[in-house]
Amino acid sequence: MSEETITVSVWRGDGETGRYVDYEVPRMESQTVLDVVTYIQRRIDNTLSYRYACRVGMCGSCAMTVNGKPRWTCRTHVSKVAPDGKLEVAPLRSMNVVKDLSVEMTEFFDKWARAEGKFHPTKTRHDDFDPVKPSERKRKVASAGIECIGCGVCYSGCDVVAWKPNYLGPAALNRAWTLVNDTRDGGQKARLAAVAGDAGCHACHSQQGCVENCPKHLNPTASIAGLKRATAWAALKGDLE
Amino acid sequence: MNAPNDMPDEFSARGPRPATETRLWLAQRLSAMVLGVCVIVHLITIVIAVQGGLSAAEITQRVGGNPAWTAFYAVFVIAISVHAPIGLRAVLAEMTKLPARRVDLLCFIAAALLFVLGMRVVTKFHALGGGL
Repeated sequence: MSEETITVSVWRGDGETGRYVDYEVPRMESQTVLDVVTYIQRRIDNTLSYRYACRVGMCGSCAMTVNGKPRWTCRTHVSKVAPDGKLEVAPLRSMNVVKDLSVEMTEFFDKWARAEGKFHPTKTRHDDFDPVKPSERKRKVASAGIECIGCGVCYSGCDVVAWKPNYLGPAALNRAWTLVNDTRDGGQKARLAAVAGDAGCHACHSQQGCVENCPKHLNPTASIAGLKRATAWAALKGDLE
Repeated sequence: MNAPNDMPDEFSARGPRPATETRLWLAQRLSAMVLGVCVIVHLITIVIAVQGGLSAAEITQRVGGNPAWTAFYAVFVIAISVHAPIGLRAVLAEMTKLPARRVDLLCFIAAALLFVLGMRVVTKFHALGGGL
């Protein structure tokens, strides 16, 4: 059987050390990078560890570094990223490796909590619905950032995260910005204090690695710029003390 | 990557002083706006000044003792003394392992040097009057 194959270098390691191992995988039509990794795990070496769930770009669990760039592998076609038939698959940058392609995402999601990325309700179940019109400016700003699937691609693509480990990162700050624009939220003061400063929005250099790599085509840099403006006003009013 | 998992409390990641950090950021932006104007004026002046060759006498004649130029360059020096050390602070914090207090001290010294040396030039030129 002389079918066309693709050479795939996959990072194999235990978190401490590791190396790239080459595999030959049959080339198929409309093949995604996740298909390739799954083929290796099912047909060649079942000790390969990786993470995925939905396979349709909703859950945000299959992100890996593909030929040097962070990508959602389930929606990344091999033909798009490996025109010369060579593929290198590694774990996401700036996250600790659990094993092979699986990374530890605890720190990534803890930063969402540290950025006050949760909703602070102001009403109870006994109150009436709070009308938020789709045409409202704040609703539109929130909508622009709300489709984040939490895949970690922007975080991994961000140089500031790589340089400054306590930086909250584009995903957490984007989440905070959507909540800053939620008119029902009652935790704005604490949120702005949480995202201000050098571990927060002011560390961003607007290099837009997050924008470049976000598979959902969101613009976390614009969200962070919004936080910079909001925190600047809050600082002038003395609300950040 | 190297993020410690034993953070003492939830405040450790946000930087200790959100208000101070934000004010520094704001000061850097505002001084950048001033610098934008100053640099353009400065560059245009250079281009005009070198037309007939560059001489100390010619520069002194224009700038020396002129209150408007003295005020302009004083504002320029102040804006630089505010702007540059804040940027330097971010670079040192990101690219070196120096403790935060050391970085702050170094940047404060840089600010003081820029201000003192810059103002020294401005005041000396002013004292020279309109000729060497």
